[in-house]
Amino acid sequence: MIPGSFSYHRPASVADAVKLLADLGEDARPLAGGHSLVPMMKLRLASPAHLIDLHGIAGLKGISRNGDTVVIGAMTTQHDLLASDEIARSAPILHETALLIADPQVRYRGTIGGNVANGDPGNDMPALMMTLGASYRLEGPGGARDLPAADFYQGAYFTALEPGEILTSVSFPALAAGHGYAYEKLKRKVGDYATAAAAVVLTMAGGKVATCTIGLTNVHETPLLAVDAARAVIGTSLDAAALKTAAAAAEAIMAPAADARGPVEYRKHVGGIMVTRALQRAAAGAK
Amino acid sequence: MAKTHVTMKVNGAEVEGLVEPRTLLVHFIRENLQLTGTHIGCETTHCGACTVDIDGMSVKSCTMFAVQADGSDIITVEGIANADGTLSALQEGFRMMHGLQCGFCTPGMIVRAHRLLKENPSPSEPEIRMGISGNICRCTGYQNIVKAIQYASAKINGVEFQEAAE
Repeated sequence: MIPGSFSYHRPASVADAVKLLADLGEDARPLAGGHSLVPMMKLRLASPAHLIDLHGIAGLKGISRNGDTVVIGAMTTQHDLLASDEIARSAPILHETALLIADPQVRYRGTIGGNVANGDPGNDMPALMMTLGASYRLEGPGGARDLPAADFYQGAYFTALEPGEILTSVSFPALAAGHGYAYEKLKRKVGDYATAAAAVVLTMAGGKVATCTIGLTNVHETPLLAVDAARAVIGTSLDAAALKTAAAAAEAIMAPAADARGPVEYRKHVGGIMVTRALQRAAAGAK
Repeated sequence: MAKTHVTMKVNGAEVEGLVEPRTLLVHFIRENLQLTGTHIGCETTHCGACTVDIDGMSVKSCTMFAVQADGSDIITVEGIANADGTLSALQEGFRMMHGLQCGFCTPGMIVRAHRLLKENPSPSEPEIRMGISGNICRCTGYQNIVKAIQYASAKINGVEFQEAAE
C-alpha cells in the first residue's frame, strides 16, 4: 500500500510550522509520530497534499518540571515517557498508561501530542489528561493559548484546534504526595484500543477517600470525566456499596459504539468493572 | 512529484537515493538498496516484520517515510551478524533453539530483539514477551522465539543457557 502523493515540509520552528499550516490551508496536515496518519494515508482514507513533519523542531521534545507544573513537549514519545525519571516521580500513572499503548515499536514513534490532539476516542492519553487536570498549549497564527483538556474534545476526531493551530505541549499540576492511581484498560490483545478503560487518581485520609477524579476512555465519542462517579466515592471507605454506586454512575454517562469489541451493553458493563478495579487499586496504593 | 535526495547510514555503509516523499522507508530499503531481508507483512503497522533499528529505536519501517530517515543510522537484519561474518548471539539463538518455522517474521523478530537486549541484556520471560509484543508470528506460538532470545541473553552475559523445564 502506497500513500497518495504529497509535498513534504520539515520546518525548524513552531512559527515556521504554523505559517506553513496557515498558508497551505486544509490540504496540509501536521505529522507527529505518524502512527495514526500514515496508515490512514496508505489506505487512502487520508490524502493530504502537504505533510508538515514536526520532527525538525527541537523545542517540541522534552519533559520538564516548572515548580508544581509538569510540562511535556508535544513530540515527546511514549518511549520517552517510559524512560523518564521525572514522569516516574511526578506522575507514575502516565508511565503505567504509556505502557498500555500499542507495542514497543509504536511507542518509539508515537507522541503524546499526536495521541491527545488527534481526537481519536480510542486513544488513552486524552482521558488521562482530563483526569490530571491538564491543559494544552495551542499555537496558531493568532498566537498561543492554553485550553483545559476537558474543553478540547468535541466529538470523534473533532477538537477545539482551530485551522493553522498546532498543539505544542501538555502541562498538568504535579500529583499530591501519597496519591493513589490506576489506569485499568481492557483490550483484546496487545496493540488494540480499549474495549473500555478507566483512569483514577485519588487521595485517602483516615481510611476514606478525600479526593477523587475518574476519566473514561473509548466508551463515548469523546473521553469523559466521570464526575458523579467520583463524587459518589468521596467520604467512603470504598465499600461494596460505594463501588457499586460509582460504577453505575460511570456507566450512566457511557455511550460506546457497538463494534468488534462488543455490543453496547457489554462495553458499558466492562467499563463499570474498569472503574471498580481502578478505584480499588488506586486506594490500595495510596498512602 | 519532485524527488528528494536522501543520505543515510545503513548497516555501517553510507547510502543515498532519490525518493518521492511518499516512498515508505521499507520500500526504499528493499527496492532502492536491494536489502530484502526486511519483510513487508501486514503493511498496517501491526505485524512488525518490517522492523528496523533507527538511531537506537525499533521502528516499523512501513510506517515511516524514507525522507524522514534522512541523516539517520539504520540497522537491518543484514547488519546483525558479527563483523567477521559469524552469527551474532541472537542469530545463533534462533538457530539453536529453532526460533522459526516459515521464517517470515524472523528478520523483524531479530532486529527487535537486538534493541531489546541492548536496553535490557537480562530480560525476564515476561519482559521478552512484552518486548516482542509488536512482532507477530503465526507459526511458532512464540515458545522457541522466547528461548532463542533467552539463549542470546545468556551468551551475551557469558553464562550457560539453561532451558527452563516445560
